[in-house]
Amino acid sequence: MGELLVKNQLITPKKADELIKLCPFGAISYNGSEVSISSACKMCKLCVKKSGGLVEYVEDQEKHVDKDLWKGICVYVDQREGNIHKVTYELLGKAKELAKVINHPVYALVIGSNMNEGINKLLYYGVDKVFVYDDPALADFRIEPYTAAFCDFIEKIKPSSIMLGATNLGRQLAPRVAARMKSGLTADCTVLEMKDNTDLVQIRPAFGGNIMAQIISPNTRPQFCTVRYKVFAEPKPSDTPSGEIVKMEVTSKMCASAIEVLSTQNKPSDIDISEADIVVAIGRGAMSEAMRNAAAELAGLLGGVVACTRPLAEANIFDAKHQIGLSGRTVKPKFIICLGISGAVQFTAGMKSSDCIVAINSDKNAQIFDVAHYGIVGDVNEIVPMLIEKIKGADKNV
Amino acid sequence: MKFLVCVKQVPGSNNVQVDPVTGVLKRSGIQSKMNPYDLYSLEAALSLAERYEGSVQTITMGPPQAKAVIVETICMGAESGTVLSDRKFAGADVLATAYTISQGIEKTGEFDIIFCGKQTTDGDTAQVGAELSEYLGLPNVSNVISIEEIKDGKVYLTAALDDKNVKMSVKMPCLISVDGDINSPRLPSYKVKQTVTDDMVRFLSFDDFDDKNPNNYGLNGSATQVERIFPPEKNAEKQEIKGTSAEQSQALFELISAKKII
Repeated sequence: MGELLVKNQLITPKKADELIKLCPFGAISYNGSEVSISSACKMCKLCVKKSGGLVEYVEDQEKHVDKDLWKGICVYVDQREGNIHKVTYELLGKAKELAKVINHPVYALVIGSNMNEGINKLLYYGVDKVFVYDDPALADFRIEPYTAAFCDFIEKIKPSSIMLGATNLGRQLAPRVAARMKSGLTADCTVLEMKDNTDLVQIRPAFGGNIMAQIISPNTRPQFCTVRYKVFAEPKPSDTPSGEIVKMEVTSKMCASAIEVLSTQNKPSDIDISEADIVVAIGRGAMSEAMRNAAAELAGLLGGVVACTRPLAEANIFDAKHQIGLSGRTVKPKFIICLGISGAVQFTAGMKSSDCIVAINSDKNAQIFDVAHYGIVGDVNEIVPMLIEKIKGADKNV
Repeated sequence: MKFLVCVKQVPGSNNVQVDPVTGVLKRSGIQSKMNPYDLYSLEAALSLAERYEGSVQTITMGPPQAKAVIVETICMGAESGTVLSDRKFAGADVLATAYTISQGIEKTGEFDIIFCGKQTTDGDTAQVGAELSEYLGLPNVSNVISIEEIKDGKVYLTAALDDKNVKMSVKMPCLISVDGDINSPRLPSYKVKQTVTDDMVRFLSFDDFDDKNPNNYGLNGSATQVERIFPPEKNAEKQEIKGTSAEQSQALFELISAKKII
């Protein structure tokens, strides 16, 4: 919270030139007498650190929030027609870990209709309380009623942190609620940690995943974050249920909406790469037709699916559903083999928690080797067909 | 029928790296382009405008150079556009960005539908649209995959809600975020580019807004703070399989066998 102050009395053309070069965002300009910083500034404060005092960071008065008033780690229960999305259980597992650090309770928030069966399942995942807004008007997801119920819950219960699955639903609901609460929201966190002062440490890939950013919301509560499916491990359910179910009142005012749901259709069931245990992923170094066929054959032999990087999806060689990465799907298979993939972090962010990663690339400096457990510097066009022959041969021997 | 499309200028490439020793951001070139996802929302608005005799305006927030993306939208068929630019807007997170754009929209006019793209390629958060709708007090629908028609003050559309496609009607005014590949965006016309005049692009700054509390904008208005940035971790236990292609494929075959995959 503050602003940058340029000490223009110390500026010489040479110093101005150096200053301009310091800024990675091109936000610094010089008109011959004064240096100014434009709105391209991202407040990375590099100019403060590296300019030898030419730019100063002036702190404003901090906003304060009484963090003791906010207690509990809450997981929003992502459901459609009563079916709970598995990301919910993954988040409950993480919530329990985080809550332990600060001795907070774990809450689950249910908004929907006829949710009894789902609620009972939640009691096997170590929640302290399940708060339920159950009403026929909440059967379909519509943004205004869900936001109203969510905010009602926050005002009454005052949870410190709230986690949502980064599903299409969660990605609409989280920002809407966070904006109403005027609080911080971090999308697609890949690591979450808890500070003793209840600040949630949220780490996510930034700049298309080429760097990681560690983010906190130190002056607002509740702190919101979304996490993609399969980023955290799904905990084992306990043998006995525990936790209290708290019914919350749904008012007619809450249910007002300008949206009317006319019909709902299941999407045609496609191969879901995020559910696969074995993935053969191909990138630009393996996009020839021959290699695509070989990859498909290999995937068939291994009982897996073929996935691709962003350029192949953008070139319409593959449907976007097959794309791994920040703008595609996150996968966490037992085994992934990456063929001709350079490994930009926006790709690896979507697969690096795979149990076993093999990469084949002709460029020994390819970034994919940074995340691979087994790196092969070599020619995919030779190795993959040979591998296919060996697997086929092994089959015959059996 | 009046439509507004929110667009953003993004870096031409995401090729940013952190020097692991100095912690300094290494950025190769600062070429910019229009966020590719915005092309779909702009096309959606333009084709609706053609169908219902409406008009399309565009809006962006960014440095003065962001004018280029507004000009591009005009070349594609928008009537005019607005650039929200001020040093006070710098360092804005989602919350402050959405708030700034909402203030700008209030100074720009009233619209039947406000369009946003699915996400940007630099931030990748896909959150600004929904936060913006909250500040504007409008209903919002994300992941819109088709827009059927506008009738009796409502827009009929289909949205992808994870494993479901949901058909719905939404009373206007409203905000919708459209998915990529909802349509095929048209190309900008260079003929039009010759005719773009300065008065087609309006600049608004902090002083033009109703809310003149600087604590609601930029870094001050942001709830999130970046504590640190660092390069992604590398995998510590890695093994290189060396040799000829034959040897490598044999080693890989043995690995796959050992893992009981075949």
